[in-house]
Amino acid sequence: MPFSNLASRLQETMKKLRGRGKLTEKDVEAALREVRLALLEADVNYRVVKDFTAKLRERAVGQEVMSSLSPAQQVIKIVNEELTALMGGTQSKIALASKPPTVIMMIGLQGAGKTTTSAKLAKMFASQGHRPLLVAADIYRPAAIKQLMVLGEQIKVPVFSMGEQNPVDISRAAVSHAKEHNNDIVIIDTAGRLHIDESLMGELKDIKENVSPHEILLIVDSMTGQEAVNVAESFNEALGIDGVILTKMDGDARGGAALSIKTVTGKPIKFATFSEKMDGLEVFHPDRMASRILGMGDVLSLIEKAEAAYDAEKAKALSEKMMTDSFTLEDFKEQLEQVKQMGPLDQLLGMMPGMGNMKQLKNLEVDESHLKKIEAIINSMTIAERRNPEIIGGSRRKRIAAGSGTRVQDVNRLLKQFNQTKQMMKQFAAFEKKGKKGKRMFSLFR
Amino acid sequence: MWRKIFSGKKQAEGANIELEQTAREDTLEEASAVKVGFFDRLKQGLTKTKDGFVGKVEQLVKGRKIDEALFEDLEEILIQADVGFETTMLLTDKIRQRVEEERISDGGEIQRLLKEEIVSLLTAHYKPLTLSTDRLASIMVVGVNGAGKTTTIGKLAYRFKQEKAKVLLGAGDTFRAAAIDQLQVWANRVGVDIVAHQEGSDPGAVAYDTVAAAKARKADVMILDTAGRLQTKTNLMAELGKVHRVVVRELGHELDEVLLVVDATTGQNALSQARLFKEAVPLTGIVLTKLDGTAKGGIILALANELELPVKLIGVGEQYTDLQDFDPEQFVEALFN
Repeated sequence: MPFSNLASRLQETMKKLRGRGKLTEKDVEAALREVRLALLEADVNYRVVKDFTAKLRERAVGQEVMSSLSPAQQVIKIVNEELTALMGGTQSKIALASKPPTVIMMIGLQGAGKTTTSAKLAKMFASQGHRPLLVAADIYRPAAIKQLMVLGEQIKVPVFSMGEQNPVDISRAAVSHAKEHNNDIVIIDTAGRLHIDESLMGELKDIKENVSPHEILLIVDSMTGQEAVNVAESFNEALGIDGVILTKMDGDARGGAALSIKTVTGKPIKFATFSEKMDGLEVFHPDRMASRILGMGDVLSLIEKAEAAYDAEKAKALSEKMMTDSFTLEDFKEQLEQVKQMGPLDQLLGMMPGMGNMKQLKNLEVDESHLKKIEAIINSMTIAERRNPEIIGGSRRKRIAAGSGTRVQDVNRLLKQFNQTKQMMKQFAAFEKKGKKGKRMFSLFR
Repeated sequence: MWRKIFSGKKQAEGANIELEQTAREDTLEEASAVKVGFFDRLKQGLTKTKDGFVGKVEQLVKGRKIDEALFEDLEEILIQADVGFETTMLLTDKIRQRVEEERISDGGEIQRLLKEEIVSLLTAHYKPLTLSTDRLASIMVVGVNGAGKTTTIGKLAYRFKQEKAKVLLGAGDTFRAAAIDQLQVWANRVGVDIVAHQEGSDPGAVAYDTVAAAKARKADVMILDTAGRLQTKTNLMAELGKVHRVVVRELGHELDEVLLVVDATTGQNALSQARLFKEAVPLTGIVLTKLDGTAKGGIILALANELELPVKLIGVGEQYTDLQDFDPEQFVEALFN
């Protein structure tokens, strides 16, 4: 089956190995075939895959199978380590110029997401207290300038535009404008172009010579196939890029392009974008990308999001309430809000190992309007009703449904769900008293 | 002084008119004046693909004897062209089989076999762009962000206009900043009508109005743009399904074409795109864009093999006339000769 999880596939391959002490060459070959396939399905460049598996072979043959790990896990561990190392080990940031403004040039193919990413980058800088200036230097695509201006308005960052004049002139004027107006960061949104278009590549070189940017960032669509290598190489040879931003990571592309680009150019992936919203720019984590390329999900990001959204104090109070059976609909609502703060639910699910590829998930509607409904229903209850749901009888149900714009069935369902949750908690509490095992359930986020 | 600074104020309106006078305004006349043959243009656009893909095969097979090593090299070339593992295995297995059956020993023959296998793969489910002539012809264009939907519509509008058809565009991308303006610029350049609402308005309403206007103005062809969306976003895909239902309801029948636009630089994710968009709306075919910029385009084979979706149009350049009907034989011919 294509697109199945590498971890489970390796598990299958290595099943027969159980109980053996060392990985033989034959075992490793079998495992490497699976790894190779997984990497190719993730669009990692063929040559890169070849080199990579050769390196793995060296490391894996003769390895002791550690007692705590299965042979499959052992191979995955090695693969994961090597991949992470190859992708840069640690994350990188944008180096700011000692003498402002820091000039950043955004370049890439058409449709990679330069304009949107420029705005996201500007928003990130603005939220850190900088005063960025966006520069509309894409004079070719219809309405590209307008697009940047609309985005600038949304995120409240000024946009410099001179209509459709020469992009070199625009960039130069923008830098002096920034100096006059105390903008410490200048982000130049250039037009998308093919890496083989010599005249347009010449234009980029001209801009570079005229404004001497501190950072040249290549924007790459995470869905890019084998060509990613050539794209990155051409742009790097022509201009010397400083880093890469990987876009559209909220889809199901495994993003093997990241590995290819890092390998051939040696330049770090600095950021990745995960959403159409303006705050969707995130620092790139090589270790997480390694798991993703292998189809193993991104557990770390998930935990981090949970930690950021969860208030430790509140969580503690909540779990105490759960234990003492005084959990109310008010608490239930609060809990929902915290889950919502973690980000779009489908995005969260996508980060879970194996989830992205699960068939069952296609049918599982990740519909946030459902959460909104629940919130509306609880909001339409009186405080007494929230604290003591038992008093909600037929006529109260009707009133709540009317007040929240839902149907009585919806109210019924919510109350039923709430009761079930409470029932479950009682069981946990009983469990907790007996052994200490139940505690782990609630200490996950603390 | 031309310089204008826009800092969060609505001064953008004025830019609209300026945009019409773009640097490329005169391409329209040029495109029709320079009558480059269709085939030459195709070949020219595909040189990158040819140099990368077929060029390699040619070098590979010249004077070599057929052995396992040759097949492994062939597999490498195909995978590097984004053909994908499954389809690569299918092709090389077929060639292996034929080499045995037809007792072929000269490596040079491999190129011929490959060409034949590719043609048969691409023709198996082939169907050209088909539009009604006796009633309003209707097209809906869908795809992920940045695939080239709006540009494709612009080029299609130009083509139908050249064929003397009355064209109406529907600016259904109400989400992305300035997407409506982008289509508006195209409509003005080509000289066709457009139905557009405010940014952020309901795309279903735009669809409704587009059909109504197309009927009222007795248009020959209507083309509806939609916002780019990643295929994994369940809610956005549901919205797309709704827009499609609105169009079908108002038309009173299915659309002639529901086209998925795919960037030729895309790797194996194109398969996921085709699969999930197909679940949301009844796709009739694929438009493969930006084929001039890539040494690959092999995804075309994977799509034909695994999704049984025909490629109907290909974009081989930036000129108005560079969106062409896809003809499998001609395509492979241009690739190999």
